[in-house]
Amino acid sequence: MNIIQVNQSPIDVNSLITWLYESPTDGAVVTFMGKVRSFENQVISLTLEHYPEMTEKVLGNIINQARGRWAINRVAIVHRVGKIYANESIVFVGVSAAHRSDAFATTEFIMDILKNEAPFWKKEQTVSGQNWVKAKESDLNALKKWY
Amino acid sequence: MNKIIFFAQTRELVGVDKLELAVDQMAISQLLEQLSLRGNKWSLALKEKTVLCAVNQTLVNYDYIIQEDDEIAFFPPVTGG
Repeated sequence: MNIIQVNQSPIDVNSLITWLYESPTDGAVVTFMGKVRSFENQVISLTLEHYPEMTEKVLGNIINQARGRWAINRVAIVHRVGKIYANESIVFVGVSAAHRSDAFATTEFIMDILKNEAPFWKKEQTVSGQNWVKAKESDLNALKKWY
Repeated sequence: MNKIIFFAQTRELVGVDKLELAVDQMAISQLLEQLSLRGNKWSLALKEKTVLCAVNQTLVNYDYIIQEDDEIAFFPPVTGG
């Protein structure tokens, strides 16, 4: 079972964890949250844009790829768009599985692929103005461990 | 007819969010060349290797040959998560 959500509202972590926790045959629930980091208090907010029709397709494909690699049960990917302030969460990934190694690997895999393939773009509002966030070399390098 | 859409910095540079053009049977690289003739901001935004292309919501290479009714999107490297 999958939950894929892209919307503007704050992420309801409690209900996601409750859903991930439900299956009695799963011994592991791993979650990751990415949040807006304000480096030296410079970043006030981020505005996230996306390509709606493509986003859901890409996120669904990432989960399908993960299901081909690991024995996992429930997977939730929730990504916010619109304006998000410093210290608020941007993305939630949660995975349930019989065993923790599959849940840990899937969570990391999903984030690594999402960072490089899901069509989201961040514009940063800082104390000195606005700018588009540049893609990082380190995110591209992170793919190497999976392919 | 093809819908050509732009996102993020690419959209801001070219100044429009979509175009309707008949460009089927053309390679993506040829379409990029043709659009770049519209001006400096277009050629800057659509520079090969820096702009990504998706056709019908799937990433493609520049040698993809456009088909009738394909939806073509151009955008910079993604920065979500």
